[in-house]
Amino acid sequence: MPPTAQPADSAEATGRDGARASPETVLARLEGVGVTIRRTPILRDLSLRLHAGEAVGVLGANGSGKTTLLHVLATLVVPCAGRAEVLGHEVASGSGTPARPRIALVGHQPALYPQLSLGENLRFVAQLSGRDAGKADRALAAVGLAGAAHRRAESCSQGMARRAELARVLMVEPTMLLLDEIHAGLDRDATGLVDEVVARVRGRGGVCVLVSHEPDRLAGLADRLVRIIDGHAVRAGVGQGSEAAR
Amino acid sequence: MTVAAGPAPDARVTPLTQCLLLAGKDLRLERRTGEALLVTAPFGAVALLLVPLSVGVDTPLLRQLGPAMYWLVVLLFGVLVTLRTSAVDSAAQLAMLRLAGVSARVRLAGRALGNGLLLLGFELLLAPVAVLLYNPDLTGWAWQVPVFVLVAAGLAVLGALADALAAGLAGRTTLGPLLVAPVAVPLLLGATGVLTAARYGRPPWPWLVLVLTVDLVAALLAAWCARYLEELT
Repeated sequence: MPPTAQPADSAEATGRDGARASPETVLARLEGVGVTIRRTPILRDLSLRLHAGEAVGVLGANGSGKTTLLHVLATLVVPCAGRAEVLGHEVASGSGTPARPRIALVGHQPALYPQLSLGENLRFVAQLSGRDAGKADRALAAVGLAGAAHRRAESCSQGMARRAELARVLMVEPTMLLLDEIHAGLDRDATGLVDEVVARVRGRGGVCVLVSHEPDRLAGLADRLVRIIDGHAVRAGVGQGSEAAR
Repeated sequence: MTVAAGPAPDARVTPLTQCLLLAGKDLRLERRTGEALLVTAPFGAVALLLVPLSVGVDTPLLRQLGPAMYWLVVLLFGVLVTLRTSAVDSAAQLAMLRLAGVSARVRLAGRALGNGLLLLGFELLLAPVAVLLYNPDLTGWAWQVPVFVLVAAGLAVLGALADALAAGLAGRTTLGPLLVAPVAVPLLLGATGVLTAARYGRPPWPWLVLVLTVDLVAALLAAWCARYLEELT
């Protein structure tokens, strides 16, 4: 039976006036963004708006800049051209820090320390970001890893590591969730878990950006799809994400 | 643009707390891998043993060489302690730390604190070996107590800086020592100078001040360029 993602704590994304974020609320705005890494232009004149409560799927060939786009949205990469605003903060050198605790990124590689247990890994993140360490255990239980909390990350399968990453997302309760090839190495149960986590973030008025090579899977989760071609974001279709969320 | 505020963390974490957490994590990783104290320290002890073997049974010469050889081994092998692979953050771990609200300075400080404690343990492990092999004159040995701490601190910060500079480079383990060794020479001079001065009844303060100055300059340099180094990686 697939584990059910129980809320580690319930919280809703709210506006500055305390009202729940409406779908019209723009959570991230990229305008003419350009990113060059080691003299290689990765993103060029890319524009994208992300609204509260939506899930956006990003497609593109290998090396097209999908991961770089996620890193810009995570405020980890500063654009060398254009303007990027994420969760109300301009992404510029050293200025993205205030938004970061409300962003969760699950990348290709797990961000787990191999010699620490899954529980220790999550508690470490909880303590660093000022969250109750007890949330770590609850989040692990929510992804079906309660029995593996004492197991070292180095002895876990790729699927377990992915689940632990999803537990981190549940613990952090982000307003912006960025998932890079999240379905890789996941079994069917855990795939359902991804859907639940995405639905939870959207339900709170947050936004999800999902990168994948599998258009069919993305179309089932996302409201709209964009494709990165030559560093630009091009509208690639409409998904059934909003129906799935219901 | 109205922006969703989202759930806030339960409590504000001070940079000092984050620094202690990072150092604690590094020490826990070391306890489980034993890279510094179970691998590098015995290697250092072997290096200390090689000198008496090559010099032969020339006790006065060994007594004279002892302190210098000890600090030379601490310097060279200590750099390896600071560059241990178990302490290297992958790109994903680095992103996670940054999103958890850990600033570049705090990350560097946490690494330096973990390094410093390990180096102190490294020095204390090798000290009895050096005494046993070289039988040095230990007049004024108490002066070595602050020297142990100051050298560990200086080397820890320089090692953390070199590690950040060489992060992601293929030649990291070679480049790191190359970067640290030249700038750590004043630490070596100061550490041996303190013992020599104490033995001949001279005030060791100038040497202590030299070591302390290196520590302060290294700390200021780290604080100044931490953010730049993070963006570089």
